[in-house]
This record gives sequence, structure tokens and C-alpha cells, in this order.
Amino acid sequence: MSLILERSTVLLDGAPLFDPLDLEVRAGATVAVMGPSGAGKSSLLLALVGGLRPPLQAAGTVQLDGRVLDGLPPERRRLGVLFQEPMLFPHLSVRDNLAFAVPRRLKRAERRARIREALALAELGDFGDRRPATLSGGQAARVALLRALLAEPRALLLDEPFAKLDVPLRRRVRAFVSAMVAKAGIPCLLVTHDVEDASDLDARVLRLTAPQPPSAAGQATPRARASASSVSRIPG
Amino acid sequence: MSAPFAFWPRLTWAVLVLPVAAGLAGTLAPALGWLPAIGLVEPGFGAFAELARLPGIGASVLLTLATALAATALAWVLACAFVGVTTSWRRAAPLRRLVSPLLAAPPIAVAIGIAFLVAPSGFFVRLVSPWLTGLERPPLWLFPGDPWGLALILGLVVKETPFLVLMLLAAQAGRPVERELLAARLLGHGPLAAWTFAVLPQLYPAMRLPLFAVLAYGLSPVDMALVLGPTVPPVLAVRIVELLGHPDLTQWATGAAAALLLVALALAAMGAWRLAEGLGWRIVRHCLRRGPGSRTFVPVTPLALAVPTGLGALGLAALAVMALWSVAGRWRFPDAWPATLRADAWAVAAVDLVPTLALTAGLAVVVSLTATALALLCLEAETHRSRPVPQRAQLWLFLPLLVPQAAFLFGLQVLLVALRLEGTPLAVALVHLCFVLPYAFLALAGAVRSLDPRWALVARSLGQRPLAVLLRVKLPLLAAPVATTLAVGIAVGTALYLPTLFAGGGRVRTLALEAAALAASDRRSAGVVVVLLTTLPLLAFAAAALVRARVERRA
Repeated sequence: MSLILERSTVLLDGAPLFDPLDLEVRAGATVAVMGPSGAGKSSLLLALVGGLRPPLQAAGTVQLDGRVLDGLPPERRRLGVLFQEPMLFPHLSVRDNLAFAVPRRLKRAERRARIREALALAELGDFGDRRPATLSGGQAARVALLRALLAEPRALLLDEPFAKLDVPLRRRVRAFVSAMVAKAGIPCLLVTHDVEDASDLDARVLRLTAPQPPSAAGQATPRARASASSVSRIPG
Repeated sequence: MSAPFAFWPRLTWAVLVLPVAAGLAGTLAPALGWLPAIGLVEPGFGAFAELARLPGIGASVLLTLATALAATALAWVLACAFVGVTTSWRRAAPLRRLVSPLLAAPPIAVAIGIAFLVAPSGFFVRLVSPWLTGLERPPLWLFPGDPWGLALILGLVVKETPFLVLMLLAAQAGRPVERELLAARLLGHGPLAAWTFAVLPQLYPAMRLPLFAVLAYGLSPVDMALVLGPTVPPVLAVRIVELLGHPDLTQWATGAAAALLLVALALAAMGAWRLAEGLGWRIVRHCLRRGPGSRTFVPVTPLALAVPTGLGALGLAALAVMALWSVAGRWRFPDAWPATLRADAWAVAAVDLVPTLALTAGLAVVVSLTATALALLCLEAETHRSRPVPQRAQLWLFLPLLVPQAAFLFGLQVLLVALRLEGTPLAVALVHLCFVLPYAFLALAGAVRSLDPRWALVARSLGQRPLAVLLRVKLPLLAAPVATTLAVGIAVGTALYLPTLFAGGGRVRTLALEAAALAASDRRSAGVVVVLLTTLPLLAFAAAALVRARVERRA
């Protein structure tokens, strides 16, 4: 099982936002795509899930477990996503938010068991009937992750999901995400500008690089490629 | 000291609430046997007993409830389907342009057009005759005017679906709809399911008032019912108008009693709708708890787009065919196209209809300007309040739309007679204002409330007084929505039939009244009036579009 990107980039009016990306994320591994604000990180993620809007356009090929995802509607890509906001539906209880994601083919008892298990994992056993608005930031982030995983995705994508949490909470939620990803055993792709996100999740790091300006295209500069490097865990 | 502009909401309140309250009181009194002007001085329930004895009154009541509830429910489902598909499938979004011309067209114009499309001698039968049907003369079926009110329901659905679509789109604007849809689809839900489960329930609270307005109109659609509805017996609102227009004054009390019955029906229908809301929400919740992976919506999606679009096209075709009739010469039955084209009807209209057209346009413009100004001043007053206006306090704005027209216009007429105003353009303008204001408010509120408050702060800190800030800073910034609001006001005013009939005593003849009068008699003249009725609002919307284009170029 792996998520493979081949020459993936996002085009704005035909011009790439960043140099095309080649990478493979294996099951259970995490890759962090890093870059400054405006580098196109979130657009890359939207391109992977099929959520780009014109004038932005996806380029390159994405494969998941040997299936080509390009052109598939979001609901058939089997990608779990965690955005910066938890995106829990405010009109549904926490339990219904989770139930919304459990595949229909499962039997009723099994569905209930999975939701119960998810609530327990999030340490929110008694919170099933609460509205998402009454949850704290950390609780909402945990529910959002479990909801994404309940849909049985084949890969998980994270879009700076910790950016809106305060620092101590960020650590705890990262540890939770890390444990869940390991448990799910699926490829995980993270986009972030925070180097600690990458190190806490034991991620291999790729940097988005700006494309060469057209005026420089004629010069004999070697094509900048996304560079991979390991980041050692920062203690603390 | 009161806050700046505090006067205007009070005036607006008076403009909206007093006519309805006075109208209801003026209906209640004769219904209970008290209207000295016509010799009713013995209070009692005689009028209700009289009402119960009217032949076919039970059928009228059932017909009224059934057509109103069926039309509202159908229009709602179709509007949801249309907005759901065009939101989640962006390629279909251009179809939304169908909405504005239909929205601009007055109900009477749509009704006349549909009547001609579906009538036995109508365009659809002509298209397939005689080569398919073998018909050489019109068939004898009763449609429109069928006893079940199906043609009336069709007309109401064609007219009300675009309004609900517009309201849904307005409720959706400014919400993170795309994100929510994407989140739901990434969990495995299809496009229409994602919209229905993740977006629609959040929009519903804002839709309740518009839905009740549609329901109230459906209970009292006199203009459409005259053209499309059954005649033996007609819907209750038509009978009310007949009774109240009867030369025998004793019928007035019965008519007033029937008007009160209509209020009761409105309350019952809205209550039934509230109950159905609970049921609908249960069904939605049950479905979404079953999780993603259903294929149910797959075949539904094309249908969800095709049916509302088809009905919209039907409405537009209806208007187009009336335009054709207005220039038709000889057009015998099975022919699908007139044998000759001539401008006779237009030549007659150029002489006869000019005063009517001028009156209609003048009334619509003056009323719309007043309504827009009042709406703007009320919204301005809101920004000067120390506390936000509670949602419930705004309910009264929609009062004239929530009470069936036939229920309070008679009482209002009685009042206008007492004030010696009845039958004057001023009376018609005042009554129109009460119906146009709610729409002006609906059209303008979003833009004013989302205007960055720092614009005003900057201007105030430069020493400008509140009125100068409003006129010299906010108004130019709001030019586009204000122009749209003016156009909406003109469209609403042009379309008003029953309020014009009652306040004008039938003597202030607007195009809507002429259209209703001509609907049954002369198709060519009706065609001319339908074209004029539709053109007037469309011109207003075109002008608003020009203003918007100018503003966008400036930005």
C-alpha cells in the first residue's frame, strides 16, 4: 500500500505554483511537505483530493494502492483529510458526525461498535450527544481525525491540522495523531510550515521549491527538485 | 437621547404592521356582524352560518389547502434539488441564470403563458397535432381549470421555485459551503447526498420565513387561480373576492367570514408544515446515520437537475409563446406557427395601454424608491444600536407576506373608504409599499450587514456626521446592492394584483389587472400585456446589472 505522486503540481493559469513533486509514501510512513506560506501547500492537498477550483488546476499523476486517482470525484478517492479547522458539522451531534462516516455496508451492530470505539479512543465516551460547538479545540481535532479514519481511508492527508491549537495542546494532539496513523497503518502525507509537526510525527521532509521564473528558463540551471532529508527528533 | 436614525424603524413598523392589523380588524368586524356603513349593526355569527351554507365551500377549503401545501412542498423539493446539484456540480451552475427572468416575471404573466401552453387548443397540443394525435380541432379536456387544481399547482410551482432557489442561494452565500461539501464527500458521500446532509440542514432556519411566504401566497393566489384554477368550485380566495365584489352588500359579511376562515387555514397550514419539518429532519438524520456508500442518489442526480430546469424552461417558453401571440395574425388550431405575423395588437396597445403602462411603471418606481430608502434607513439604524437586533424582532417585517392577502385586504379597503382614499393612486402606492418593503429588506440586508464597519469609522473619525457618512460613503459603496434592491422592488410592485384590485377599488388599472381581465378573452392583447408585464421588471434588472458592472469596473 502506498501513495505515489508523479510530477504533481498545481497550475495557476497554466503556470506551476511549485516545482513538480515526485514522492512515494509507504503504508505506515509519514511524509511532511514543507514550505513557506503561499508556497501552494494547501493547494497541493486540494489537488490530491479533487477539490481544486478554477483557475487552479492539478497536474501530474496520483496513485493510491495502484489506482490512479486523477479525475475521480472526492468521494471515490478513499483519502482521509484533516483540515486546519476540524470541519465537524455544527448541526449534527458528535455521534452523528462519526456515524456520517461509517460505511453503509457494515451491519448496524458493527457500526455502533465502531462509533463507540472511536468515542472511547478520543476519550470522549460521554460526549456522543454533544454538539461540536461545545468541544474544546483538542477534542474537536480528535473527533475530526477519528471521523476521517472511520470512513476507512487508504491514505491520510493532514493540512496543518495543529496550527490553530495552542502549544501544549499541539504536542498532545500530535502524539494522538501519530498513534492513530501508526494503528491505521496507512500512508500519511502532511503539509505544514512548522518543523515540529514533521519531527513529532517522525516524518520524512520534502520542501516545496518555487518554479524557475520563465526568464531563467533558457539558462542552463539544473532543474530544482523537491529535496528530501531526514529531520532528527527535536528533544522535549 | 435616542440613537441616530431611530425614527425610521418605527415608521417602517407602522407602514408594515398598521395596514395588516387594521385590515384584519376591518375584516373581523363585518364577519362578526358589525359594519354600520352597510347596515350591519347586530353582532353575531350569522355570517359564518351563511358561509357554511355556501355550495361547495368544503371542496373550496380542501382545494385551497391541497394546492397550497402541494405547490409549496413541490417547489421546495425542486429548489433544493436544483441548488444542491448546481452547488456540488459546478458545470451546472450557469443554469442558475434561468432563475432571474422567471423571478422577474409577474405570476399573472406566467399563469397566462402556461395556460396557453397546456390548454386543449394550446401550443403543446398544436406541436403534436395533427400528425401524431390526429386532432383537427381542440380536444375537450378540462385543463387548465381542472377540478383537482393540478394546473394551478403547476403554475405556482413554476413561479415559486425560482424564488426559493434565490433564497437558498442567498442563505448559502457567505458560508463555507465548498469546504463542507468537500469534507462530506471525502467521507464517501456523493455530491447530492453531501449537500443534503451537510449543507441543507444548516440553511433551513433561514428558509422558514420564505417558505411560509410561499405558503401564504399559495393560499391566496387569486391572479393565478383566475387563469389556471378550477371554477366549480374555485379556491377559497377567489370566492372571497367574488363575495366581496358582489353588488348585494349582504354578501360582504359572508366574504369577510370566509377571509377569516382563510386566516385559520393559513395558521393550520403553517402548523402542519412545522410538524412536517420535524419529520423531514428525522428522515434526513436517519439517512445520514446509515453512513456513506449509498447509490440511491446516483440516478436521482440527473433527475434533480432535469426536473427543475425543465419547469424553468416551461415558464420561459410560456412567456415566449405569449410574445409570439402578441404578433400573431391568423393562427388556426392545429398550426404550430401563426400563418401570418402582424403588429395589430401592438398598434392598439400603443394607443390604449400607454396610460396603464405609465401608471404601472410610475407606481412601481416610486414605491420601490420609497421601500429601498426605508430599508436602507432601518438597516442604518441597526448599526447605531448598542445591542444587536434580536432575530424574532424582525418577524414583523414579513407580516404582510405571511398573512394571506385575501384575508386582510378587504378590511384595509373598508379603512381606505373611511379615509376617502380608496380608488386613488396614493392608496394603491401605500398598500404596494407594504408588500414591497419586506422584499426590499430581504434584498438589501445581507449587503448592508456585511459592509466593513471600518468604512464608517474612518469617515466618522474624519469629522463626518452620520447622515453624511450614509449618503457619501455607504451609499456609493452599496451602489450595486441598492440598484438590485430597486429592481426587486419594481418587479414585486409590478406583479401585485390583489392589493391593486382592493386598494384601487378596481379603478386604478395597472397592467396586472388588465392582464387578468384579458386572460380569458383575447390572446393577442393578453400577449401584449404579458410582454409588457415581463419587460418592465427585466428592464429594471438590466439597469441594476449595468450599475453592478460599473461598480465592478471601478473596483
